[in-house]
Amino acid sequence: MKRPGPQKGSRPEWDGDGSLSIRFDKLGVVIALLIAYAVLAAPFATFRANRIVPGDAKGILQALPAGAGMLLLALMAGVALVVLLKTPTRLRLFAAAAGLAAIAVFIGMAATFLTPPANSYARVSPASGFWILLFSFALLAADSITRMRPLPLVRLLLLVMTLGGAAVVLTSGLWDGLSILKEYSGRADVFWLEAGRHVTLALGSLFAAVLVGLPLGILCHRVAPLRAGVLNTLNLIQTIPSIALFGILIAPLGWIAVNVPGAAAIGIRGIGAAPAFVALFLYSLLPVVANTVVGLAGVPREANEAARGIGMTDRQRLFGIEFPLAMPVILTGIRIVLVQNIGLATIAALIGGGGFGVFVFQGIGQTAMDLVLLGAVPTVVLAFAAAIVLDALIEMNAPQRERGRTA
Amino acid sequence: MIEIDGITKRYDGITVVNNVSMTIEPRTVTVIVGTSGSGKTTLLRMINRLVEPTAGAIRLDGDDNRSMPGFELRRRIGYAIQGHGLFPHRTVAQNIATVPVLLGWNKARIDAKVTELLTLFQLDPAAFANRFPHELSGGQQQRVGVARALAAEPNVLLMDEPFGALDPIIRAKAQADLLAIQRLLGTTIVLVTHDMDEAFHLAHKIAVMDKGALVQYGRPAELVKDPATAFVQTLIGTSERPFRLLSIETAGDAVEPGPAEGQPLAETVSQRDALSELLWSGRAALPVAATDGTILGRVTLEGLTRRAAKPQ
Repeated sequence: MKRPGPQKGSRPEWDGDGSLSIRFDKLGVVIALLIAYAVLAAPFATFRANRIVPGDAKGILQALPAGAGMLLLALMAGVALVVLLKTPTRLRLFAAAAGLAAIAVFIGMAATFLTPPANSYARVSPASGFWILLFSFALLAADSITRMRPLPLVRLLLLVMTLGGAAVVLTSGLWDGLSILKEYSGRADVFWLEAGRHVTLALGSLFAAVLVGLPLGILCHRVAPLRAGVLNTLNLIQTIPSIALFGILIAPLGWIAVNVPGAAAIGIRGIGAAPAFVALFLYSLLPVVANTVVGLAGVPREANEAARGIGMTDRQRLFGIEFPLAMPVILTGIRIVLVQNIGLATIAALIGGGGFGVFVFQGIGQTAMDLVLLGAVPTVVLAFAAAIVLDALIEMNAPQRERGRTA
Repeated sequence: MIEIDGITKRYDGITVVNNVSMTIEPRTVTVIVGTSGSGKTTLLRMINRLVEPTAGAIRLDGDDNRSMPGFELRRRIGYAIQGHGLFPHRTVAQNIATVPVLLGWNKARIDAKVTELLTLFQLDPAAFANRFPHELSGGQQQRVGVARALAAEPNVLLMDEPFGALDPIIRAKAQADLLAIQRLLGTTIVLVTHDMDEAFHLAHKIAVMDKGALVQYGRPAELVKDPATAFVQTLIGTSERPFRLLSIETAGDAVEPGPAEGQPLAETVSQRDALSELLWSGRAALPVAATDGTILGRVTLEGLTRRAAKPQ
């Protein structure tokens, strides 16, 4: 193994007597322990004769051809060593990327290796060891990226590269032997249909919430007596469990569908996408309204006073001074809502609203965990990507204002 | 000319400004003084209608200030406040250009104005135009705040404790700069402060407010000589009276012919500072020099003592 030599950004520390002192990285110790556990004690892949019987857990050496298993063990040891010691951040990021690439390739290989030839019932899925490794490397990558403080654009680029890498692996057929993709291959059309519904539900309700929440927030800011009432009501809505809220909405939406002409024609019904949309919209309102109010309240009093004093109209003051200064806080609210909605939209499937939740609930019903994953993994990836994109947007908006806040 | 005519402001039955009438001459500096809660800031804010009066009228050059919408009126009147009130997300140049942009000036005219004002306020346009407010020192921020107030070439400039947040050394410089710019542009300035030294240094006329009423309005020397009420006398400070008188005029105004030894005083320093310098140097007279360095004459201890005595 290569010793961490004197590289840019990190110099080895020499003791008084000239010997090199080894220094450990705190988070690295945790990650290295996780890697060690995942590799040595946890199964890497699970083999099942068909999609619903309990599986047969296989360690790395059993799951892979002899040479490949040793190679993966050696690679993991290498990554663990880099992580454990105080090494340059770039090297750590590289190690994380290499680790991710390695487990991606080897889990595909395990699927091909474990599946008996010409057997279409057998299922190979990633086991706990794989997931722990995935988590460890993601944590390592996130930590390294945070330490490097990349510009927002660079972070977006990293996200695109990661998603691009995943897309290449998916289209290459490397993972075709894996159970998730076997579930997918039978449902490709439905998958993309539900994906579209999921995104439409999450983004559509967010859009509606911003459309309503921003003016409501401005109103609450300007009319102080309104503030407590509105925010408390929204808080109350936030505390209603989502399933209960769906139930509460069935009656009024059903009534509207029957009694308001044209309502049924545009898809308003007691069950289905309409109540899901309304519920997500209601949950989204609190973060949008609250952050708008907080953002506007944080605008320096003097700046507002001066804006009035030199002849800005209320509208010019709102769009020229208050909004730009409150924008980072408002965007933070929108980020919360987006991530929350992508997750919550999964529940919409319960009342026929569609989305990735369809696979989750089907999978639970059939005790087919692979199907659950087909719904859950894209949801997590989507929420994660949305968070990164919005964080980057917030920061791109922020530099001048962030500095401005201290003035 | 600003005519304040029987102006009253009440909030929920509490009278904040009570029937104030005064006329402010054009091209002068009028300082409104008073303790906090005396209604001085409310009075100032009724001139540009940030506060609407309960009764009375204010006329600017004969026109009632309610003859146009409030925001249009405010674009014609400069306004500078304590803590500068600069927009933190806009550059210095954008801040100064605020009112010209609102008025729809063309870009060339705006750029020329911004450059002119930055130069006037001793801020190098190349270095400062694109900075953000938080990158400036307190004194620089305050100058940009006044520059912004003057950008649309208003005849009237209202200032609400504009120097309150500055340390004493920067404050003295800012006051001197303001006087120089006022003379150059001929702007009518109405300034609110609770600092009597500042009032005597800047004012052509001082208006003293107490509990919402205007208790005295006159030249600084008149206030010292004939304080209208005990409150005015307390505000001026009995032991301060001779020094207040001396702080009104400059050393240039007290020049006598004749020679003197020692480091020349600038003609622009106040007579109070000249006296201080005489006492400190232990001399009976010091030469006074014009800004170009020529010796104008001298100030004497005897001459200043005479000027500090109670006016007859």
